[in-house]
Amino acid sequence: MRRIARIIAVTTGLALVATGCLGQSEDEPEDTQRGADATEVTLTIAANAVSGGKNAEEADWIENYVIPEFVAQQEADGVDVTVEFQSSGVDDEDYKSKIALDLRTGSGADIVSLDGIWVGEFAEAGYVLPLTEVVGDTVDEWDGWEQIPDAVQANMSFNDERYGVPAGSDGRVLFYNKELFAQAGLPEDWQPTSWEEILDAGRALQGIEGVTPIQLNAGTAMGEATTMQGVLPLLVGTGQRIYDEDAGTWQGNTQNIRDVLGLYQSVYGEGLGDPTLQQEAQGRDKSFAEFAAGTVGILMEGDYFWRSVIEPTAGVAPMPNRDEVVGFTKLPAMEPGSGIDGQDFVSMSGGGGRVLNPATEFPQQAWELLTFMNSAEATTELVGDGARLTQRQDVNDELLANDPMLSFIADEVVPLSAYRPGLAVYPQISVALQQATLDVVTGMTPEEAAASYQDAVEAALGSADDIASD
Amino acid sequence: MAQQTALPPAEQPTAPAPSRTSATDVAGLGRGRAAAFVAPAMLLVAVFLVFPALWTLYIGVTNYRLTGVQARTPEIVGVDNYVDALGDPTFHNALFLTLVFVLFSAVLGQNLLGFALARSLATLRPVMRRVVESLVLLAWIIPSSIVAFLWLALLDRDAGTLNALLQTPGLAWLIDYPLVSIIVFNIWRGTAFSMLLYSAALASVPPSQLETARLVGASRWQTLRDVVFPHIRGHVLTNTLLISLWTFNDFTPFLITAGGPNDRTEILPVYIYNTAISGGQMGYGAAVSLIMLVINLIIALFYIRLLRERR
Repeated sequence: MRRIARIIAVTTGLALVATGCLGQSEDEPEDTQRGADATEVTLTIAANAVSGGKNAEEADWIENYVIPEFVAQQEADGVDVTVEFQSSGVDDEDYKSKIALDLRTGSGADIVSLDGIWVGEFAEAGYVLPLTEVVGDTVDEWDGWEQIPDAVQANMSFNDERYGVPAGSDGRVLFYNKELFAQAGLPEDWQPTSWEEILDAGRALQGIEGVTPIQLNAGTAMGEATTMQGVLPLLVGTGQRIYDEDAGTWQGNTQNIRDVLGLYQSVYGEGLGDPTLQQEAQGRDKSFAEFAAGTVGILMEGDYFWRSVIEPTAGVAPMPNRDEVVGFTKLPAMEPGSGIDGQDFVSMSGGGGRVLNPATEFPQQAWELLTFMNSAEATTELVGDGARLTQRQDVNDELLANDPMLSFIADEVVPLSAYRPGLAVYPQISVALQQATLDVVTGMTPEEAAASYQDAVEAALGSADDIASD
Repeated sequence: MAQQTALPPAEQPTAPAPSRTSATDVAGLGRGRAAAFVAPAMLLVAVFLVFPALWTLYIGVTNYRLTGVQARTPEIVGVDNYVDALGDPTFHNALFLTLVFVLFSAVLGQNLLGFALARSLATLRPVMRRVVESLVLLAWIIPSSIVAFLWLALLDRDAGTLNALLQTPGLAWLIDYPLVSIIVFNIWRGTAFSMLLYSAALASVPPSQLETARLVGASRWQTLRDVVFPHIRGHVLTNTLLISLWTFNDFTPFLITAGGPNDRTEILPVYIYNTAISGGQMGYGAAVSLIMLVINLIIALFYIRLLRERR
């Protein structure tokens, strides 16, 4: 038995030594010019996009345009570049885990796509570094920055430092079905100025058989869609952001949160929305399908909905008569003037971008490829015949004139928009908000739901110090 | 962790070795060479079993997260994660749901249905028997993701097959009866194993004893209890142990309900996934994983004791 005990002791000892590796050691800053003179260079691009599947247009763009063009360009300069594309087509959370593990172990692609809300937690973990630390001061000299609005740059920034180049933006609005509005005697050119007017329109739509008047995303099954296309746009309409950067506090059990949950109670308690749908695992997809089938009156979504969901031919829930039937309008604050900064109308924006892997062997060439991907030509090429809000003002000015929806977003919505805080704890707050809406949808009062939301936020932050409540 | 039983047995140090002094063991290899033979196996066990287990143990006492500050500089928090888990109502909920899920879908459902199938199949014509067996087996061997899709189509609220059959349009099975749904699903999914095992077990019951029982006028129930069951007792316990452990650790319900609605199907494996991977709380997730491992061992010990009792 002594031998066994010895073996166990040795193994335990080895394991404990190895476990000392958990966490990142503070590295010395590396030479930003490493590999700059190499004549044979290999670069890899990773994105949650795959040809024929998720974000197919981006995948095709990388494979058919970015790679051949960049390789040809470099060849002219006498550099033999090989660019590889690492595609994925999975849920965002799974992609995030994969990327986090890649970056953590010092492996992974040289250019990596990230959602803007992950930048903070990745930066805090040391997985990504400010661009100037990876590449050097040449980053600030790139002329592309002038074309990217500050608010959009903020998507890929953390603590006022740029960690990546943003890849476009979006905004949230109310979509409504004009045919149903006509049936209910509502104006075709609709612009509500308060939450009450949205509810009134919903009540008018309630009379039509087989129609769900309002789809307001709720519950944990919809994940971030509940937060981003539900709670947060409403919350900024009460005059508060979820995280107050000046005070350094999160919204806890405040009147603002209770007001938002109160609207959920009105929608789902009065039968204006479908509470069961909010709990279904595929609820969001179903809400898309129902809207496309003309059985949902009003729905809050981002412009993604317009260009990728109900898009007449290539959408996931195509609506052949989209342009005639679907109206869009700005989301009003709770009352006129009650929004953040005294706004009458509000919205939330998000967006992702691309960062450089700090462990790249060729920081200079990787930066060159990244700026190439964000050049006006490449961006125009990516948009193609479609319509999306790009990061570049010059490209938007040229292309968005073709699409009424997207120029509406760019000109009227984005200037009103607020952004999510890029802090590591945000995903946990987001889940707490989703749970609070679910509680209300399943019958709790806004007061009770807000109280248990407060508990969840305290648990996430570890104390009640940085929570606003009243 | 059933693999642990596969550990190579420790050497018997007292085995006599009459001829050569160097060989003190039965195989006559000598300690050095014997150790060399065992080493590769031990190394594999150490690398793939012992090390990950210790690693989990270690992560479980830290506040390590996938991202954020705690990913860069995790701190030792001692038993906080365990205290938090044991005091967390969502963990209690997950544990309770798991026990209900295992009891109804495995211990009762798969066991009884598997046995009933095995017994009734024995009396069927061979052609029919093979058809039924194939159908049951099919449920077992189709990949989980495909099965999950089929069940979503079956139980869908608007266009589901079940609602069409029962004439109950608009009934949301996965929302109104989520736990019952995944219990029925798991019975359907896993009964094949019990059926196969019991088919083999029933073949070991001597026909002469069954015949005798019939001659003395024993009822079906009496035959089952006094003739059949004593012969297959070991099989019943082994089967129950295996399907309990499998069901306890089963992740497939996640593909159907993702733990929802409102955590009403959040069994432990799903709970760990949701907290550790989606929520990024690696330290907490590791602690819960270890608690789960301990519960697995308790279940296993419980059955092994039962199995040994009358031997």
